[in-house]
Amino acid sequence: MFEKIRSLKLSKPSAHDDDAPFLKVSDLHVRYDGIPALANISFELNLGEHVALVGPNGAGKSTLFKVISGVLPPTSGQVKISGESPAGHICIAYLPQSNDVNWRFPVTVRDVVMMGRVGKMGLFTWPRNKDWDFVNACLEQVNLTDLAFRQIEELSGGQKQRMFIARALAQEAELVMMDEPLNGLDINSQEEVFNIFELLKKQNVSVIVATHDLGLASERFDKAMLLNHTLLGYGKPEEIFSEVNLKNAYGTHLQFIETKEGTMVIDDTCCP
Amino acid sequence: MINFILDPLQYAFMQRGLAAAILVGIVCAMVGTFVVLRGMAFFGDALAHSILPGIAIGYLVSGGSQTALFWWGLVTAVLASLGIGAVSKGAKLSDDTSTGIIFAGMFALGIALISRIGSYAVDLTHFLFGNVLAVSENDLLLTAILGGLVAFIIIIFYKEFMVLSFDPVLAATLRVPSKVLENLLLVLIAVTIVVSLQTVGIALMVAMLVTPAASAYLVTRRMHSMMILASALAAVSAVLGLYTSFYFAIPSGASIVLVSTFLFLIIWAGKTVRQKSL
Repeated sequence: MFEKIRSLKLSKPSAHDDDAPFLKVSDLHVRYDGIPALANISFELNLGEHVALVGPNGAGKSTLFKVISGVLPPTSGQVKISGESPAGHICIAYLPQSNDVNWRFPVTVRDVVMMGRVGKMGLFTWPRNKDWDFVNACLEQVNLTDLAFRQIEELSGGQKQRMFIARALAQEAELVMMDEPLNGLDINSQEEVFNIFELLKKQNVSVIVATHDLGLASERFDKAMLLNHTLLGYGKPEEIFSEVNLKNAYGTHLQFIETKEGTMVIDDTCCP
Repeated sequence: MINFILDPLQYAFMQRGLAAAILVGIVCAMVGTFVVLRGMAFFGDALAHSILPGIAIGYLVSGGSQTALFWWGLVTAVLASLGIGAVSKGAKLSDDTSTGIIFAGMFALGIALISRIGSYAVDLTHFLFGNVLAVSENDLLLTAILGGLVAFIIIIFYKEFMVLSFDPVLAATLRVPSKVLENLLLVLIAVTIVVSLQTVGIALMVAMLVTPAASAYLVTRRMHSMMILASALAAVSAVLGLYTSFYFAIPSGASIVLVSTFLFLIIWAGKTVRQKSL
């Protein structure tokens, strides 16, 4: 009996079926109080792939993140992580938007990264030396070792994003989802974040980043996903960002201007 | 000077009162750390007020026994917090609106009940402002056991409560049992309030939960230091408050809260001066 319980516990929560695609979303529908937020979403994502999620405000990007991370149950349809429902997995990291974080919370950078370990540590335990070693290694990967003991409010925008990526590393995440991590960052800080994305790629970690920046989306990501309640396109950015697709997604908020260098796209959905 | 300190301690009621006030102060500060970080001050205040009808009925049914009153108070507090949740969900009102409705309604019911049984020598002011000097040995024991239990649970689930308070989405993705822990926190707040009832009373309860924790919040950078400093400030407030109460004949709850508020103002001023000089 005891053996049975133990084997159930060991195999059930995070069993990975290696043949299945890492993330498979099929025919997903989500409604809030009867109002559809997402409809008919189906796509697959492999380990190590980096995807830019693009769409106007209110397109359902955060909703999609919540469903994939298992925080919000879908109205119908399925999300499978390695063939299993996301509810049993702790390998999905959904990093908060900077605006939603209480930066005055009394925690240091190291404390926040340690929070990523909470799932692995389990109930009724306190962080031990090996947990702190793990946290220190994660901080080193994102170049924050020197700032480990700072209160989180003292960090710059780029450092804050790197801290949350370190937390995802501490969580041993295989999929990292970020909502507008590049908003308000200067070029250098953006570059630092992209360097860490490279590092994640080497470790075969998948990344989905919601962004308004179509330029970065097409230059820096393997795939782009165009979303406006339904999936309007998913694939290589240069194939996805056609005038027809973008107009479908953004409607009249998007202006196309022909210039000598090619078509210029102006997006004013950022601040309605 | 020595006599000034020792004189009050010759009285057994002062010794018990001091012990109770320190214990209650520490437990309130520990729970209060989460109340402050999660912005639940109004909820705490409301919950304290809403136990009044339970206490009144308890008095009617089982007389003045503190243990019986404790259980009546606790059940009422849990019912009130469930009621608040049900109203905000069922009537689609914001949390603070439904908290206001339930809290005022139950407090009014308590006042009505107590005024009807006034002949029993049940004193409304006793519940409203507490009377730490009337703590019996049994009361002290109950306070120590339940207060110790609350502190123990907070220490056991420390990291989970921290994740839940800092980033609920992370807690959900890490499959931390959020709903259970959130309800546990509500029960801990309820137990703390009921345990503290005799010391500070209903009206000033929120200050015990919020003021020492807020003072500590101003000058600490990590959650456990905030919790430890808040507990220390609460214990100091309890001691200084009881002496003030003894020498100036002020109700104990009021003097403890006054000292605690005074400490907050000093810490705030000190922090402001230091920041200006940097």
